[in-house]
Amino acid sequence: MSRQYPHFTTMGEKAILMEFEPEISEKTLKLVLNYKNSIENNLSQPLVEVINTYNSLLITYISTIENVYDEILTLKRCISEANIGKNINSKLYHIPVCYDEKFGLDLQLLAIQNMLSVPEIIRLHTTPIYSVYFLGFLPGFLYLGGLDEKLIISRKSTPRLKVEKGAVGIGENQTGIYPKSSPGGWQIIGNSPVNFFDKNSLPPSEYKAGDKVKFYAVTMEEYLEISQEISNGNFQLKVENYES
Amino acid sequence: MKAKIKVLQPGLYSSIQDLGRFGFGKFGVPQSGVMDSYSAKMCNLLLNNSEEKPVLEITQMGPKLEFNESSKIAICGALINPKLNEKAVFNNQVIQVKNGDVLSFGKLEFGCRAYLGISGGFISDIILNSSSWYEGITHQFRLLKGDELFFNSSSTFDNITNSGIKVKTDYLKEQIVPVYIGPEFYLLSKFQRTDLLSSIFSIDKKNNRMAVQLQEPLLNELRPIITGPVLPGTVQLTPSGNLIVLMRDCQTTGGYPRILHLSEEGINVLSQKLADDPIKFSLLNP
Repeated sequence: MSRQYPHFTTMGEKAILMEFEPEISEKTLKLVLNYKNSIENNLSQPLVEVINTYNSLLITYISTIENVYDEILTLKRCISEANIGKNINSKLYHIPVCYDEKFGLDLQLLAIQNMLSVPEIIRLHTTPIYSVYFLGFLPGFLYLGGLDEKLIISRKSTPRLKVEKGAVGIGENQTGIYPKSSPGGWQIIGNSPVNFFDKNSLPPSEYKAGDKVKFYAVTMEEYLEISQEISNGNFQLKVENYES
Repeated sequence: MKAKIKVLQPGLYSSIQDLGRFGFGKFGVPQSGVMDSYSAKMCNLLLNNSEEKPVLEITQMGPKLEFNESSKIAICGALINPKLNEKAVFNNQVIQVKNGDVLSFGKLEFGCRAYLGISGGFISDIILNSSSWYEGITHQFRLLKGDELFFNSSSTFDNITNSGIKVKTDYLKEQIVPVYIGPEFYLLSKFQRTDLLSSIFSIDKKNNRMAVQLQEPLLNELRPIITGPVLPGTVQLTPSGNLIVLMRDCQTTGGYPRILHLSEEGINVLSQKLADDPIKFSLLNP
């Protein structure tokens, strides 16, 4: 069935869903984020929340939408005013990952299945600049795009009951970090000592859709050192401004 | 002054909830909040509290609570035969409690979740603008034996209450769950739509604050979608044909087709259902 995009539907009484071409791409992400910015700038923030995923924007209202048609017209006006060619101002975060066997529970499996050496896996995983498409699944979980095709591996057929906090995993063509321990089905290749979510800060996560992430490998010794610095509050994450 | 309630028995699953967290979905934080917002709001209204005051959500089996200060309480929602000092008290009324009084519950008569409100509301840490308990966000997520609950004891004695108001209870036994069409409804075949909207479904054992699964599958050939936003009330159709209704503690994104969306009233109705209870969806918009 063919549809016209953006396509508007409601999700219950308090939310409007705006959908774009069903594809996962940097181009769609940029379009979605430019529309998101325009909507956020035009609607009163505390009463409305705009969440994006790969190809959707969900506009949630704190109370029941009185006139859905009027609201959709307002949203259409917002997107017609959006500058879709505009660069997205974002940040590039350099994230330390320890790929030691103690953490990388599935490194050997990945090495055998994809016919790669462990150093090769680490090189392939630390080379790309990944895009944060959105946060979801768990508080502070980043959906990252940009994984090297050679690292694609299917999820575990039976998920682990407990994946450790900080675990770095691969599931199909996605990679990500578990912000807290949780059941999970991704293949685990390492662990990052960095915190991605702090319920006691506002905002609780400094990462947002459109940001970039690059991993760098650290030894077990460095990992422990960074963990110590993080708990003492004197670890400085390397962050750069980034335009895309 | 902060007054205490001692938890002598926690009940099956009790937690402090308000109207939930708004504005943190972009960080992947679930909304949480009371499952049945009607009962919780009525509870606060009876006590002349503002509607967002934290209440205790009680599931199927009630706790046993000892008050160490006088106050007024009200219980709405499921009828679990509440007793004060072993003497029957009633739902949907303002009840005076004194220091040393013990509130307990008996057999569940109907519904699934009861709400205990207290004058001024329960006091519980506000994290990300809400007191709603959720694992990993608040310090605890369910009531345990020996816990203490807190409330404000200041001059609640002469407070005006609204004990005259009439609280609806018929919806607690309602089978009809009002729904809207969901974003992927259009992908369903005519046969699937008829099946979905005319069949009687029963609640599965797998039902909690996160989701309610239905026992009867729907014949399905729809594939997963690109992960997209979901909300409490979203009805997902899995590749094996299972229907999963997302509830207040659900995640913020999901990859199954979203074929229906419960109205707020629909969420309230479903919140009061037990395993094996029958339900039927009824479409609100054409």
